[in-house]
Amino acid sequence: MIHCRTIEEVQEAVQAHRWVRLCGRGSKPALFGGASPDAETVCLSGLVGVERYDPAEYVFTAQAGTPLQVIEAMLAEEGQYLPVDAMFVERGGSLGGLVAANLAGPGRYRYGGVRDFLLGARFVDGRGRLVRGGGRVVKNAAGFDLARLMVGSMGLLAALVEVSFKVFPRPEAYGSVRARYDGLKGALAAMERLSRAQFDIDALDLAPEGFPSGRTWLWARMGGREEALAARLAAFLQALEEGPAEVDVAWDEEEARFWRDARELAWVEEGETVVKVPLTPKQALRLERGFAEAESCAPLGVRYGVAGNVAWLRFGHLPKEKMVELDERLAAMGLAGLVVMGEPGVRWLGEQGWRNVFFDRVKAVLDPEGRFV
Amino acid sequence: MPGSAFFSALEEIYPPERLLRRPAALAAYESDALTAFRVRPLAVVLAESQQEVIDTVRACYEHGVPFVARGSGTSLSGGSLPIEDGIVIALNRLNRILLVDPARRVAVVEPGVANLAVSQAAEPFGLYYAPDPSSQPICTIGGNVAFNSGGAHCLKYGMTTNHVLGLKVVLPDGEVVTLGGDSLESVGPDLVGLFVGSEGLFGIALEITLRLLPRPASFRTILAAYRSMKQAGEAVAAVVDSGLLPGAIEMMDALAIEAAEASVQAGYPEGAAAVLIVELEGEEAQVEAEFKTLVQVIEASGAYEVRVAQDVAQRARIWKGRKGAFSAVGRLSPDYVVQDGVVPRTRLGEAMAEIERLSKAYGLRVANVFHAGDGNLHPLILYDGREEGALERAEALAAEILAMCIDMGGSITGEHGVAIEKRAFLPKMYGEVDMDVMVELRESVDPKGIANRGKMLEVGPWRREG
Repeated sequence: MIHCRTIEEVQEAVQAHRWVRLCGRGSKPALFGGASPDAETVCLSGLVGVERYDPAEYVFTAQAGTPLQVIEAMLAEEGQYLPVDAMFVERGGSLGGLVAANLAGPGRYRYGGVRDFLLGARFVDGRGRLVRGGGRVVKNAAGFDLARLMVGSMGLLAALVEVSFKVFPRPEAYGSVRARYDGLKGALAAMERLSRAQFDIDALDLAPEGFPSGRTWLWARMGGREEALAARLAAFLQALEEGPAEVDVAWDEEEARFWRDARELAWVEEGETVVKVPLTPKQALRLERGFAEAESCAPLGVRYGVAGNVAWLRFGHLPKEKMVELDERLAAMGLAGLVVMGEPGVRWLGEQGWRNVFFDRVKAVLDPEGRFV
Repeated sequence: MPGSAFFSALEEIYPPERLLRRPAALAAYESDALTAFRVRPLAVVLAESQQEVIDTVRACYEHGVPFVARGSGTSLSGGSLPIEDGIVIALNRLNRILLVDPARRVAVVEPGVANLAVSQAAEPFGLYYAPDPSSQPICTIGGNVAFNSGGAHCLKYGMTTNHVLGLKVVLPDGEVVTLGGDSLESVGPDLVGLFVGSEGLFGIALEITLRLLPRPASFRTILAAYRSMKQAGEAVAAVVDSGLLPGAIEMMDALAIEAAEASVQAGYPEGAAAVLIVELEGEEAQVEAEFKTLVQVIEASGAYEVRVAQDVAQRARIWKGRKGAFSAVGRLSPDYVVQDGVVPRTRLGEAMAEIERLSKAYGLRVANVFHAGDGNLHPLILYDGREEGALERAEALAAEILAMCIDMGGSITGEHGVAIEKRAFLPKMYGEVDMDVMVELRESVDPKGIANRGKMLEVGPWRREG
């Protein structure tokens, strides 16, 4: 393994090896690159440091290996935050990993995910060239958006070395409504209704019990001025109407814990496998029915995040043959999966729509020799 | 010059009334909102279906004929300027709203749909489409996607790219691909992100899946008048410093105010060197709490007059002057050049002082209307095209403003795009390698270089020999 501390070292390492597997701080071992035994591992965790942070601009630039914890603390000191709600902060995740894996937590519901807050990036491509995309200002329409291309690229196109993000003022206080429904269907219906009502909701998740989903908790988080919060939550409770079997408001530590556990996937046991599946709220029931016909590879549990735009499927240990089955099952449902927790090996599951001729032509420029695996 | 085989191919796709070749019919397509440039295309086709667009692109590819996709022709950077020896594919008639799904909060539209039409279609469901370029009643989503259009709400809500979830695209060789999907989340590289803002160089979007948002429950709009631009600039900084996240922070200078008053009589305070418009939006309880802070900040900012919109009509009146300012400037001067460079917000005051200095040095009046919240300038450089050398002087002044934006660490364009107008500046903003990569991407996606040829990237000095 080559530990890089400078951009030049990254360029050299990429140029010196036929196959390169990128890694960061090791917070997401399941995503660790392709199984090619001949690939050299190039570690970017030594690229650490904030280059520039001007709170009045709502923008910071930092090296890609900088831990998210460092960034969070820096922003908090100025009353700001990254609304993306990065996942795996406590597991040691880095900024570069956040971009490459595109793993945003429940808080991304309100203002947007990684792609919406990334302003610019510098990266080393497969030919060892240092390339800059985007900029350091919140509005920029100049040139091809090479920075955004990096979001979710998982080290297949380039090694990220520096990123610039937009940030926002942090809400003064938070409160969450939690409501229990007897089944997923009722919770989904309520969620759909709330997601198009005039509430400024920071996060909207469903936490069902078991799989297929039984009793389902709907969690809705609101943040803002402390003096307004109680009134806003009261109005929200009223909008829930008679639907839920049980409902109350969570505050403080209890409230924060739920969302922290959601973004850290702390509701999952160590050693288990978690698959991220982007979907639409309408596809949630279809997903559950799809697994009902394939019990042998059905998940143990599920969370629906971002108002039903992502499912986090939890499995026990998944041996290879089960992974193959799962891959086929998701493909049959027209869904894509990303294995975000579990053993390294298989990362992509199901229908990966991005593997098309447009991607091939992009890859041919940034990594013509297929160095990054 | 394409041979008759190419036109025969077009004749197979289009009936004569939708294949324009006579000079009189082509005249309307010679230019867009960057009126200083005119090029007559060989032909214009009026596409009515996605298949027609695909077939046309395939014919162009086969015969090596360049094409320009065009919506309403509102590009301020010359994005839809025709190509000599090429054709224009007009997409206005490809304007079906295919779906508005309130449950998923998405709309699926064809490229010729007007920006505002999306919000109108979403309105019955309490939803809207956030990006709002000034030309939103007529500019089309296809053009918005190609140029990553912005508007007055970008600090809080982002640009067009932040509201596009999925695309069906015909690449320059006629291949059709689907990028992204209809979920807010995704796995794999963000190809939608790369396509949006590619200025037509990667092909034509045929179907666009847009994210819709719930309409804000309430608004609070405030207008403040200042005796100096500096004070107004400092007020912007103070608003942002206070931890507020307004939906819009807009600013106009004296000349822009004068133009707007003459044109739409918005009733802005007299004698103002600058007016600032700040709008908060969201749930009422939250907005009211924030508004108290905003009023305090504005009152402490040295404004000599502060107006708070008390109702919808007063809010509309405040916005009327701002939205009408662009066209109003047309009354002050026979011609103008508009730029949309971006500077870091904290350097707005400095940027305004520099523009004022340049204005004096060049002897040209400059009106400023801009999105202060995101540092997006809009200097309108007034000149008289009948005067010899006036356009060149205006362009030279504009060039200095763009150079200033680059020097300050900003961007040459916040929302209008590069296209024809700022081609020479892109290599100044990016390095040689960055430009190489952009050119290579273009060549890889469009080996014949037929999609919007000559826009954004010009083969220039940054390209290494061989």
